[in-house]
Amino acid sequence: MSTELYNDGPVVHQPTFIDGHSVEIPELRILHQDGTTYPGADLPDIDQTLATKIYQTLAFHRVLDERMVASQRQGRLSFYMTALGEEAASVGGAAGLEPQDMIMMQYREQGALMYRGFSLENFMNQLFSNAEDLGKGRQMPIHYGSKALNCMTVSSTLATQIPQATGYAYGQKLQGLDAVTICYFGEGAASEGDFHAGLNMAAVQEAPVIFFCRNNGYAISTPAEEQFRGNGIASRGVGYGIKTIRIDGNDILAVLKATQIARAYAVKESKPVLIEAMSYRLGAHSTSDDPSGYRTKEEEAKWQSNDPILRMKNWMLKQNWWDEAQDTALYEQYREQVLAAVKVAEKIDKPHIDTMITDVYDVPSAQLQAQLDEVKVHIKKYPEAYPFTAGKF
Amino acid sequence: MAKINLLHAINSALDIAMADNDRTVCFGEDVGHFGGVFRATSGLQEKYGKARCFNTPLVEQGIIGFANGLAAQGSVAIAEIQFADYIFPAFDQIVNEAAKFRYRTGNEFNVGKLTIRTPYGGGIAGGLYHSQSPEAYFAHTPGLKVVIPRNPYQAKGLLLASIRDDNPVVFFEPKRLYRASVGEVPEEDYQLPLGKAEVVQTGTDITLLAWGAQMEIIEKAAQLASNDGISCEVVDLRTILPWDIDTISNSVMKTGRLLVSQEAPLTAGFASEIAATIQSECFLHLESPIARVCGLDTPYPLALEKEYVSDHLKVYEAIKKTVNF
Repeated sequence: MSTELYNDGPVVHQPTFIDGHSVEIPELRILHQDGTTYPGADLPDIDQTLATKIYQTLAFHRVLDERMVASQRQGRLSFYMTALGEEAASVGGAAGLEPQDMIMMQYREQGALMYRGFSLENFMNQLFSNAEDLGKGRQMPIHYGSKALNCMTVSSTLATQIPQATGYAYGQKLQGLDAVTICYFGEGAASEGDFHAGLNMAAVQEAPVIFFCRNNGYAISTPAEEQFRGNGIASRGVGYGIKTIRIDGNDILAVLKATQIARAYAVKESKPVLIEAMSYRLGAHSTSDDPSGYRTKEEEAKWQSNDPILRMKNWMLKQNWWDEAQDTALYEQYREQVLAAVKVAEKIDKPHIDTMITDVYDVPSAQLQAQLDEVKVHIKKYPEAYPFTAGKF
Repeated sequence: MAKINLLHAINSALDIAMADNDRTVCFGEDVGHFGGVFRATSGLQEKYGKARCFNTPLVEQGIIGFANGLAAQGSVAIAEIQFADYIFPAFDQIVNEAAKFRYRTGNEFNVGKLTIRTPYGGGIAGGLYHSQSPEAYFAHTPGLKVVIPRNPYQAKGLLLASIRDDNPVVFFEPKRLYRASVGEVPEEDYQLPLGKAEVVQTGTDITLLAWGAQMEIIEKAAQLASNDGISCEVVDLRTILPWDIDTISNSVMKTGRLLVSQEAPLTAGFASEIAATIQSECFLHLESPIARVCGLDTPYPLALEKEYVSDHLKVYEAIKKTVNF
């Protein structure tokens, strides 16, 4: 076997170990927190229309998360996950793509869906597991997805989407499409075997996939320093022979710039790219989690002053593309819309009993049909025990 | 005796196992300082140090592979998989390695000191990825022991026995009962036997058999049936593999009828294995076909969870049907 492909170092005659931390990785920053840009910074391709759409998506994201956590606390919703403090990663990533590109989410990228046009009603129906949910009320809240919007439905199983993204992107390339796949995941999920399999196969099979790591510092309670010891996730891209960039994940312009370049490269070269976006999970892992058990308020405060949405707003104000009055009105409008949508969605019926056996296979088997029939007879006998479905078939 | 919940009982068993043997190590995702997402390992890191109770990176195949190596080396490895639904990346390490370690090395090496703890089961609005009962996959694997407790007392005694048993054990914890099930549990060290079922209520008309969280369902159904004058013998299987054929056979030879209930889907669930064996062992004593009350052959749903599960009403209906066959 030839080693020429990768052995471009000098031949030595004394043992020479390479330090595990010898890869130095720069981090792209374009925007200061006050909305000014770094001198000489290379701005993304962005105009007022695009900027306004991105900013409105970020604001909507913030409002939806706030309202849904409140709904969960009121007992109206069983579960929720916010992306507080790291909204720029998912929204900016989606904004750097084309609508035909596939988005594969982990579970904290509702921002990408919002940018694509997943409606407020779509969100509500999924969250309330009602009959109008595209996923037919089968998965826990936040497991969104939409074929029409090229957003693969979320699965709770971590990192399984990573090798799938490689395969999906390979199919796009095979078909000659002007399309890539972006695959989101956290720094915790990057410990899974599927991460390594997915990146290696993308490099070897030359798939046009953008691996987008949201390094937000925590996998539930486990801090990044107990998750890995190398130079973040970016250093692994180098190990797999993948073009890699690290960016400030709270800097919307850096996210947009990196994704735009990554897309162009993936399409032109038919090769993968890894983006590591550095951020912080300001919220709890989920509404079932309480971070006070594993981190300090001081640590959180440091990141609160690094808010990606406020940073973009400051930039928009400086551009004279946005003003405070518009901002207040926008948030007010979103709050009212979300509140009204909650009231509608929670009143919609649960999915019909027949959906219990559909989609297990393309067509339900005779055995499944018999099992469903048996359940229906049983519900008719004890209607009070099954209030969601009794009297509705 | 103090009344504690199932989580505290698990925690107490782990505490005893770690105090008892300083080569006992507990690890998994978030089990260190935080004490696990359900807090089963609360306080263990503070008490026994970071070297013996720690967070692992988020990689189930790594956790169990690491545990196999640790157990092969002679340490007592207690690995937590955060949800049974997430055990599958470790399937290779469990099925091809842990289960076959002793056999393939001619007992030169073994991982008898391995115990895998994992919360399983539904009833918590968890949908398809936080509700599964995957015991049958593991029951199909010679070399493993599979244990499922029904309450705090059982959980502590069976977990201590699992940790000390010289075979790899997959210990499924009914997470719906973690806080809901409260009972008297001795503070001291005790063990309950593996491979032994327990008759929890004697009866004469039908044997009801289940394990884990499904026990309270069949007990409730037995109560309903007793109002109709049907006398149920209620049995907890406790160990799924290897299972206690004698206790079940003896009960069925007495009652002449058997109903097995599990949370998992019907087809190829462990209830099927029991039905096949018991019809063979007790054929001439059976008064009616063996009934299985199980989940449907679909993934575990969310909105339609109530309709899907084998609840006490479905078990009660099946009892009447079996007795009136």
